[in-house]
Amino acid sequence: MMTQNDFVRQMRPGNSAFYDTRSQWNRFHCDIPMIVLLLILSTVGLLVLFSASGQNISLVKSQLVRFGIGFIAMIALAQIHPRFFERWAFLPYLGGILLLIMVPLFGIEKNGAQRWLSIGVQFQPSEIIKVSIPLLLASYLAKRSFPPSFKHVFFSLLFIAIPVGLVANQPDLGTAILIAIAGFSVLFLSGLPGRYLIFSSLSLAVVIPMGWLYVLHDYQKQRIITLFDPESDKLGAAWNIIQSTVAIGSGGFNGKGWGHGTQSQLNFLPESSTDFIIAVFAEEFGLFGVLLLVALYFALIARCLLISVRAQSMFGMLFAGSYTVLFFVYIFVNMGMVSGILPVVGVPLPFMSFGGTSVVTLMCGFGILMAISTEKNDMEKKRGG
Amino acid sequence: MDNHHPFKSPQFERQQFRARLFFGTSLMVLLVSILLGRYYYLQVIKYEKFMTRSESNRVLVEPIAPTRGLIYDRNGVLLAQNRISFSLSVVIERADDLGLLLEEISSLITLSDKEKSQFYKQLNRRRRPFESVLLKMDLSEEEQAILAVNQYHLQGSLVTAKLLREYPFGQNFAHALGYVGRINDHEVDTLDPVLYTGTLVLGKTGLEKKYENDLLGRVGYQTVEVNNRGRMMRLLQRESPIDGKDLHLYLDYRLQRQAYRLLEGEKGAIVVIEIDTGGVLAMASAPSFNPNEFVSGISHKSYSELTHSSELPLFDRALRGQYPPGSTVKPVYGLAALDEGVINENYRISDPGYFKLPNSEHKYRDWKKGGHGNNIHLHDAIVQSCDTFFYNLTNLMSIDTFDRYGSAFGFGQKTGIDMPLERKGIMPSRSWKQEARSMRWYTGDTVNVSIGQGYTLTTPIQLAVMTAGIASRGEMRTPQLVQNQQNILPVKRKIEISENHWNYVHQSMEDVVHGAKGTARGISKGLNYKIAGKTGTVQVIKIKQEEKYDAGATAKRNRDHALFVAFAPRENPKIAVAIVIENAGSGSSQAAPVARKIMDAYMNFYPEALGGL
Repeated sequence: MMTQNDFVRQMRPGNSAFYDTRSQWNRFHCDIPMIVLLLILSTVGLLVLFSASGQNISLVKSQLVRFGIGFIAMIALAQIHPRFFERWAFLPYLGGILLLIMVPLFGIEKNGAQRWLSIGVQFQPSEIIKVSIPLLLASYLAKRSFPPSFKHVFFSLLFIAIPVGLVANQPDLGTAILIAIAGFSVLFLSGLPGRYLIFSSLSLAVVIPMGWLYVLHDYQKQRIITLFDPESDKLGAAWNIIQSTVAIGSGGFNGKGWGHGTQSQLNFLPESSTDFIIAVFAEEFGLFGVLLLVALYFALIARCLLISVRAQSMFGMLFAGSYTVLFFVYIFVNMGMVSGILPVVGVPLPFMSFGGTSVVTLMCGFGILMAISTEKNDMEKKRGG
Repeated sequence: MDNHHPFKSPQFERQQFRARLFFGTSLMVLLVSILLGRYYYLQVIKYEKFMTRSESNRVLVEPIAPTRGLIYDRNGVLLAQNRISFSLSVVIERADDLGLLLEEISSLITLSDKEKSQFYKQLNRRRRPFESVLLKMDLSEEEQAILAVNQYHLQGSLVTAKLLREYPFGQNFAHALGYVGRINDHEVDTLDPVLYTGTLVLGKTGLEKKYENDLLGRVGYQTVEVNNRGRMMRLLQRESPIDGKDLHLYLDYRLQRQAYRLLEGEKGAIVVIEIDTGGVLAMASAPSFNPNEFVSGISHKSYSELTHSSELPLFDRALRGQYPPGSTVKPVYGLAALDEGVINENYRISDPGYFKLPNSEHKYRDWKKGGHGNNIHLHDAIVQSCDTFFYNLTNLMSIDTFDRYGSAFGFGQKTGIDMPLERKGIMPSRSWKQEARSMRWYTGDTVNVSIGQGYTLTTPIQLAVMTAGIASRGEMRTPQLVQNQQNILPVKRKIEISENHWNYVHQSMEDVVHGAKGTARGISKGLNYKIAGKTGTVQVIKIKQEEKYDAGATAKRNRDHALFVAFAPRENPKIAVAIVIENAGSGSSQAAPVARKIMDAYMNFYPEALGGL
């Protein structure tokens, strides 16, 4: 019956809101500051991709198509009432889990890891889980009292552990950690008691050495060793990181100019259009560009935080907050690994890295955020009416 | 105790959420500060370092080898030139599996063990990234074709054109020009690595070695931008190499060829000097070798054949062969006796066929059994090569006098020719004997020295210089292969002897060839110019007091060395010739005819030497 209402409310014309310009956009559930920031970031991303791919216009076009799909998906999701997401949050989660189980069975292997599924188009189910985990936990915990009880924490951890285990098994440790962080951030924001935090930090202290011994693959260990001593293996594992720090460092403050990054244009930089694209950006636009880009990201993060704080429902607050944290972690992990302060894990840089699934799922997340941000006005309208 | 609220309180929840979100935001700000700090560190603090590294990634400095200078004879004929040759090298960075690549290459073309070992040695040296390592030089056309066809699966191999040294006259000039060869391990440590970047070869012997610095030229560079596969993207800067200087020699290729031909089948040397300049017109040593084999790396087999041959083909007899000069020194000691005033033109001896020192019964025998008769004066002694006359001089002159004149004519010292590894021979003296043998000098030693035997050793080039000195009446010049700017070398030393004495000795030497009793009279037939010369026949084995030497019965290697020195034309000398033929027999029968042919050839090529034609 709630769903029925949702569709009805979209068609219902607002009386007083009709002459309010802000509400004009709100009628279509569009958060203008967010859309403007997303458009700027997407444009910057496409420009950088053009340079990073070696002026490969067809690559840029296909990325543009993905952005288009992402934007349409975002606008579409924004039209749906948050309560709908709250209610049906388990669906994308279950779907994602199902797809993750299918990966080892029908998946495509790339670079020694099975991460991809193909149904006409190739995509990574782990990307879907990244968005559906905060969605599920926000919906699960929002119904319960704050802070969550032991039982709820336990189930929440279980919800997190299943996809984390599946993704880690692909193996894709980076995404697994990101999924875990996304889940924990919901727990944290929901007011997880301090003793849990202390307990989990202690258990991490135990798990990390255990993981090093029994869980991590050799190549993953090598990546971590590389982090601390990049010169140890100049042509092997450390090649990427040496070349990316050289690219970043040689950009200086002003950068070498768009399309003039020698590291990327002459192919010294590997993965220059995907995970390592920030090195291209930093080389060509310098620290000045990096500061501007981080400022743009932070403007977006700030907007998201504002949405989170203003959200009407507990679900809205939790999802918007944890999704913002996830978005930040993406940026931090990617920029950190490329600049050599974090181990190399397969994490794309939002709006910059070439890759379909992450663009679309990222936009879907922002679509839900927009739905949350415009929920408030509905309430006001209800109150007013 | 469970501290969560029993009732759902939106107000409390919102407050707690905000607190947590604030905490999270603070953490984000902290983390992003660390991140930006890292970028600031890389892009501002370490900018110079990374800029340099990025430049060294992208920019490759490639040496451009200069073209080695050419060598011309006096007529402008090329004696050493550069031809295009194709060589195979490997860019290690582009080869996936080096061992496999080498295996494949050696299944297609033959690679010698030497080539492989040199390749691996070179591999271990310091290289620029993407600098190719030479594997095989001078590919044949067939090998080029095979490699071209299989190029697609020989990733990392590279066939490049290079200029390679070539000696069109082969063995004719082998000793004089020397040869270039690949730079070996020893040399690489001593060479200036900057000058030799991109250059594969180095002058190893002869003029190629002596004039290495001039011939090499100066390396050029091009700075290119490369991608990660080392492929050149564009040229950034180019500094052209400066080609090596060409050498113009005094050598005449025609005379040199003639000289070498005359020595064919023999062991020996011929040196021809242009008297007016000191320039070397011909300098041949036989047997010889093909210098072209050394250029691209001689095979072990050929090399060991050359080094193990008893004929010593690699040995440059003209500069390094040390022979007793024998009777060819008689004009010098004759001049000495005249100049010292111990004899005059009328001084005569009678020759019983031997000489005895006072208070000694030891007989120093003349080569002519029974002697040359009575009334032998210096002229006769030179013409007939009378040993007894010169033995007798030891009663009149000490070894110091012999030494002084011998040294004045260049014995016992390097001539200073512009060639490496010249030997200086021996001009015996008291001090020499004391040093070399730790023995005092005996008068008997002087007797042997008086006829150019005993301890005396000279090289063919020294004999030629001596002859030129006599011909030019004492103008001692440094022999030279490469023409200098002034074209005439200054006189190094002038031997001051009265004109009468020069005339007397020149006349005596003329009569060696043209006189009725001359030891070389056999070559005078049909001469339309006059040759002045002196024969020499040098014992290889000691002949006992009463034994007789019989050339026919003596093994070839024990036969006498045949020597002849000469200049012509007698009145206005143009060239001086020195000939040494090992184990050939007598100088008059074996060496003198060779000199005649050389002289004839010269007069034929330079008819103006005969005067006013």
